[in-house]
This record gives sequence, structure tokens and C-alpha cells, in this order.
Amino acid sequence: MRWLLLKDLQILRRSPLQATLLVVYPVLIALLVGFAISRDSDKPRVAFLNEVPADSRVSVGQTELPSINVDDRICGRVECVNVDTREEAEEEVRSGNVLAALVLPGDLVDQINSLSTQNPGTPTVEVIVNEEDPVKAQLVDDRISSLLAQANLVIAKRIAKEGGKFLNLVLNGGSFEVIGQSVEILGLRASAQILQALRPSLPPGALRESLDQVIRFTVLSRSNLDVGGVLISRLTQPIAVDKQVVSASTPPLEIFAIAVAATLTLTFVVVLLVAGSLALEREENAFPRLTRGLVSRSGLLGEKIGLGIAVGLVVTLLLLAGLELFVSLEWGRFGLWLVAILVGGAAFGAAGAALGAAAREVRTVSLLAFMVSLPIAFLSLIPSGAIGGGLYDVIEVVTALFPFKPSLRAMTAALDSAGPGIGGPLLHLAALTVVYAALARLALRRFAVV
Amino acid sequence: MDAVPVAFELMEASATAALEARGIVKRYGEREALRGVGFSVHSGELMAVIGPNGAGKTTLLTILAGIARPEEGEVHLPNGDVGWVPQQAALYRRLTVEENLLLFARLESHEDPRASVEEMLELSGLSDRRGELVARLSGGNQQRINIAIGLLSRPVVLLLDEPSVGLDPRQRARLWQFVSTLAERGTTVIFSTHDIQEAERYGKQLLVLADGESLFQGTPEELRDAVRREAPEAASSDFETAFVAFLHHRGH
Repeated sequence: MRWLLLKDLQILRRSPLQATLLVVYPVLIALLVGFAISRDSDKPRVAFLNEVPADSRVSVGQTELPSINVDDRICGRVECVNVDTREEAEEEVRSGNVLAALVLPGDLVDQINSLSTQNPGTPTVEVIVNEEDPVKAQLVDDRISSLLAQANLVIAKRIAKEGGKFLNLVLNGGSFEVIGQSVEILGLRASAQILQALRPSLPPGALRESLDQVIRFTVLSRSNLDVGGVLISRLTQPIAVDKQVVSASTPPLEIFAIAVAATLTLTFVVVLLVAGSLALEREENAFPRLTRGLVSRSGLLGEKIGLGIAVGLVVTLLLLAGLELFVSLEWGRFGLWLVAILVGGAAFGAAGAALGAAAREVRTVSLLAFMVSLPIAFLSLIPSGAIGGGLYDVIEVVTALFPFKPSLRAMTAALDSAGPGIGGPLLHLAALTVVYAALARLALRRFAVV
Repeated sequence: MDAVPVAFELMEASATAALEARGIVKRYGEREALRGVGFSVHSGELMAVIGPNGAGKTTLLTILAGIARPEEGEVHLPNGDVGWVPQQAALYRRLTVEENLLLFARLESHEDPRASVEEMLELSGLSDRRGELVARLSGGNQQRINIAIGLLSRPVVLLLDEPSVGLDPRQRARLWQFVSTLAERGTTVIFSTHDIQEAERYGKQLLVLADGESLFQGTPEELRDAVRREAPEAASSDFETAFVAFLHHRGH
């Protein structure tokens, strides 16, 4: 067995291009996928033209609100490319340099201020987009809608806050600035107290009954306006989010991305190597010679799986060590890493052996390995709830039949203590190893046909 | 380790028979590839298995090698093992000549694999090419290494499946010189071939198969005698023409 292993390593060493591709290509794919997943929902580049005069203020009634720093708020959520003219904004969008352009017209604040008048206008911002493909169009819609919703929320909160101050003035009284003059407002509370104090001095009769009506009005108004204040503040965000985590705590996104990268690397290295080297035995016509008594078929399968595990272990550990440059990993959990890689490698090796024995030719095997591994890997990354329940159930079944998903779970658990438990995925992988090894052994019967 | 499909019984055969087959029947579905084939071959003999396409030559050799299992019949190998050399070289093209030999010597559990490699390199005449990748060797030299690997199991009988296919005349001559040397050293060689002239020249014994039937076993001269008896019109023709006439006379 060890001589066959040595022979396979010699052959691998003799094919530097193949060996390099075998290692570099999966690592490259893994890194790209890992970074794609782990990338923060990064800020889209948006051309920004603010034509609103700098001294414009949103006002409530006759009171101007403080500046809400529109530029800072918008450019904190998107990557602003400041432009000076509308034409420049259009050109930026057309050239693809930015995802969209946002133009705040000069009369925007006036239009907002008109909302509290008898003749309200429609405050409008202009969005310029280049919908060259539907995916990009959807992305722009989502991002801009989200941005404007957030801007509306900020303005609504500010108006509600100022409105609340006026309401409080009506309720409790206080001083109020009008054209530079301070005016004292009595307020409903004080009014009711004064009226209550006056009441005993009036004789029973129609005048006293009228005063009682006014006292009841002030009390009722105060109570209802108290509720109104709460309602106004709620109006800006009527629904609050109370997030409850029902499943196990999840590891950080970058750890999950590293687990994805490591599992993808392990998948491609082991499946391709085992399937290819087994098919090579047939292409080189060596299989009948070997299995005439030199090595058993089960022994040959074991050697190929062992080769895949050994090379997969080295490449995956190198990948993890390389990623350590970017993200801090818990090296104290190295033992669990080894277990996850070895057990995952065994399952991928057995699956590769089944593919290699079934396809029998190296080129076919390579194509088949990619055709099977890549879609399964991507299907395994679809989160529950992202698609319909029935379809997700089908995907769950399909992905459970291939070692990628349990291997990803095991790797995630091995990399971070906040991940899911490792026992279940390891058992799943062990079961898949047995099943695929049995399938490979069966397929070798046909493999031997001269 | 898997059991070899065919039981090679150690039993009393004729005193000098290196291998004896009796009543071999092999079916592929409804089709009978071999129909009761039997023959014997003696130590140090070169036996050529000849016949038209589909006669059952390769099937017979794979059964003798233990790769395929017959439905009926027995193969007796009184002393030792058979070595199998498939038609296409079973070599690792990205290993050198020496590495290939060393691998199989180790897999054969030789006590001193490197000494065995030296022996095979000398026997095959490829000592000076030992460090070359097999992929860079000519077809003839690849076949010599292929045969040398077959010899590493120290077989008493060596089975060669169409060993000269694809070789040019010079390579053929060197190959047959190598095979003749093996026979001279006592190894029994059974080879299949389409080349009737080659069978006449190198085969001390001929086994003629057609449609899975054994039509003849004997020396080339005995086959000529049979042609004279059964197809006298072809008796003075060349060996190949005489052979075709013989087959025709036997209904094939």
C-alpha cells in the first residue's frame, strides 16, 4: 500500500502543472467565495449632487430645525462621489463608475417645509440609474429605497421631536420665541389650575356650569394630548424589532467564510485527486495487473482515499495558515481542525473514489467532479428561509447526500466555539464515507472489465 | 486481498505440462465466447494462440491469467504462477523505467527489489534507459518493460496478449528475441496474435481458435499437414493463405 502511495506522490511531483492547478485553483476559488461571502454589505458608490442651499433649514411652524447634516448622513451609508452638475452625475452613472446618482434639488427644503402649510408640495429627490441588467437594477432599487427610507425616518424623527416640544408647550406651558421676542405660554395644566381656583368664587348658576365645562375641556385635552405625544413619537417607527435567536449561536461571519474556503479547498483537492488517480490506474492499464494479487480492490480504494486525505490535509492546513494573516484563528482548537479535515477528507475521498470508479476516464472524472461538487457546494450555502419551504427541503436532502454540508458544519464547529456542535456532522460524514466506499467498491467490478 | 477468480489446482498433469486447460466455457450473456476449449503446454514452450477476430483469444488469456472467471472448465497449473502481460502496456508513463520495475518488485514483495530491477533491466536490454520516463520510450521498449514487469512474479507461464501490435518490424524483431530468450531460460510463453507469419515463426505450438472453438493444437508443421489433408488446394500456398483455407474448410 505504501509503495502505491509513494508512486502516486511521485506521479504528482512529475506533473508540476497538474499539481499546481490541483492546489492553486481550489484555493483560489475558495478564497474568492470566502471573501464574497464575508464581505460586509459594502457601500455602493453613488454620485451625489446636493443643490440645497447651505443655510436652508427644515422648519416646523415658524421654527427652524437645526441642520440634520444631510451630506454626512447620506455619505455615511453610501460611498459618495461628489459631483457639481447634473450632467456630471449622469456621466458617472453612464460610465459605470457609480451605481446610481442622487440629486437633492435646490427646493427640497422648501418642499418639505410646505408640508405644514395649507398648500403642501411633494418633496422629491432625483435618482439617476443605469439599469443595464436586471440584477443591477434590483440592487439599485433596494439600496436607494433603503437609503431614502432611512432619510425619511431621520426627518420624521426630527419633526416629531420638534412637534413634541410644541405639544409640551401647549400642555405644560413655557416660553416661546416669536420673531426674536420671548412669549410666555400658559399651558393647559396651569389654565386648569387657575380655573379650578376661580370656581368657588362663582355662585351656583349658569356661569359656574359654563366654567365647569371649560375645566372639563382643559383636563380632557391635557389627558388626550399626553397620549398624542406618545403617538407622535411612535409614528416615526411604529414597529420595533425584538430579535430572538432560536438556533445555536452563530460564529462570526469571517470564521464562517474561512470554513467555507477550507471546505471548498478540501472538496476539490480530495475529490479530484482521488477520482483522477483511480481513473488513471485504468487509463494506464495497471488496474488488472495490480488487482491480480498484488493489491486488493479494497486496498487500492483505501490507498487512493488515504492519498486524498493526506494531500487534502496539507493543502487545507496551508490555506488556514495563510488566512491567519488576515483573520485571527483559535490555534488552541487545532486538534478539532485535524479531526474535521481528516473525517471530511475521508468522506470526500470515498465520494471521489465512487466518481472515479464510475467514470473511469481521467478527463471525464475531472469534468464530473466539478459538475457534481460545485453545484452541491453552492446549494449547501443557501440559507433556510431564502427560498420556498418545499424547494429548501429538496435542497436539504440533496446536500445531505454529499459530504460538503456536513463537512462545512464540522469545519465551522472546529474553527470557532460559537459554532454548532461537531458530533453530528462527524457522524454524518462517517456514514457518507461508508456509503460512498461501498458504491466505489461496487463500481470497481465494472472498472475491471478488460 | 481478493481471491483469484480461477482456482489453479495443483494436480497431476502430464509430466512436463506447465499448464493444462480443460473444457473452458465462457459466456457473455447469450453469446458463448469460449466453447469447451482445452489444451496443454509444456515447460519452455512458446505457444501461439491464433484465430480471426472474435475467436476468443483474449478471453482465453484473461481466464488463464485469473482475471476472468469461466462458467465451466478447469485450469491446471502444476508448478507456480502465471505472469500476465496485457495487450496495452500496463505501465505508469510518468515514472521512469526503473521506478516502474521497482514499484512492481516491491508490490511482489521481493526480498531484494533493487536486485530484481537490475536483473530485469539486463534481461530486457534497457539498462541504459533506466532513468527515462516510460512515456518517452518507443512502443517496442514499452512492451519490453511491460513483459519484464510480468516476469517479476517469477511465473512458470507467461501470458502475452498480442504483444507485437503497433510495433515496427525492427521493434518486433527485438521483442521476439527477448521473448525467445525467456523461453530458452525455461519460461513457458503463451501469446495471442493476429499475425500468422509471426505465429509460424515464433510459435513452437499453435492453438487455433475460431468462434470460441478450439480447432487445432500442434506445431506449425502439423498445421500444414492438416491443411494438406483438409484443403489440398492451399497446401502449396504461404502459411497465412493455408491457414485461411483451413478455417474455411472447418466452416469459419
